Amino acid sequence: MAYDVNGTVVEHDEEGYITNLDDWSKELADVIAKAEEIEMTDEHWAVVNFLREYYDEYQIAPAVRVLVKAIKKSMGPEIGNNKYMYELFPYGPAKQACKIAGLPKPTGCV
Amino acid sequence: MSEVVKKFLYVNRKAPYGTIYALESLEVVLIGAAFDQDVSLAFLDDGVFQLTKGQDTKAIGVKNFSPTYRALGDYEVTKLYVEKQSLEERGLSEDDLQELVWEDEDDDWAEKPSIRIIDRKEMAALMADQDVVLSF
Amino acid sequence: MSTLHTVNKSPFATNALKSCLDHVSDGDSILLIEDGVYGASNNSAMADMVKAKMKQISIIALKPDLDARGIDETRLLEGISTTDYAGFVEMAAKHDLNQAWL
Repeated sequence: MAYDVNGTVVEHDEEGYITNLDDWSKELADVIAKAEEIEMTDEHWAVVNFLREYYDEYQIAPAVRVLVKAIKKSMGPEIGNNKYMYELFPYGPAKQACKIAGLPKPTGCV
Repeated sequence: MSEVVKKFLYVNRKAPYGTIYALESLEVVLIGAAFDQDVSLAFLDDGVFQLTKGQDTKAIGVKNFSPTYRALGDYEVTKLYVEKQSLEERGLSEDDLQELVWEDEDDDWAEKPSIRIIDRKEMAALMADQDVVLSF
Repeated sequence: MSTLHTVNKSPFATNALKSCLDHVSDGDSILLIEDGVYGASNNSAMADMVKAKMKQISIIALKPDLDARGIDETRLLEGISTTDYAGFVEMAAKHDLNQAWL
């Protein structure tokens, strides 16, 4: 199973998470988002970028409530709340946003 | 969601990379944090090695999970008890450990230390005072 | 005859290092690997025992395992040298025997 980024093949697992984290690019994020039927806006990108920075610093993808709390702290409660996060990523902010960010499935996310 | 909050203690007694226990414990703690219990972590014997600073695993081809301990505060795991005698036996002091903090949302996100150095007697008392003890 | 002894367990978790130190002969070397490298740290309860043996034999620690565990020069017991994987292989070839203390 693989994504096609302008002719480059990027492998992913059965749930759509990429297998090699170094394969990520902004172009790939757009391709994954499309497969997830998400139109990427600035707010989507803010969440995706936050996740990548969090992973880089802590070596884990945060659980959804950790994500929401952190976004609330950095971007305010209008964006950093459960409802808005689920509007951005209807199938679960941690799960879906992590997939687009090229991270492994979050710990504690069944 | 259960209304009853129980006291959970995760006991860490193994060095980080020689066996899988340390990483498994950390993952269970992160997953278990979703259940809003009163969680404490104990580090004694070789478990104190899990928290040392300066770990770099590039050359052994294993994931360095020491940065993940710094995320525990985000998961509201804020009580990491480290046994003084275990540190001393290993030639370590608190300065050899990573600085771990949590941010108190109710106190304007003030950073507060998560690591508490306690002696063996206090560790014994901590263990006796739990509802659930999980050993790694 | 000389033997290369490898110790891969923490000296605080098992008696592998202690037993190894008690059984080496002149001309042997001890290579500390994996969790065995904790035996190479200074100021520990094991340090005197290791130091005493260094008068008789050489004790070496594997650098990649030291790095993984955050043991830098400042925490390394004086007199212990380090080596990499290639050095490990060379040492194994140089000695007549190899004995692993598991």
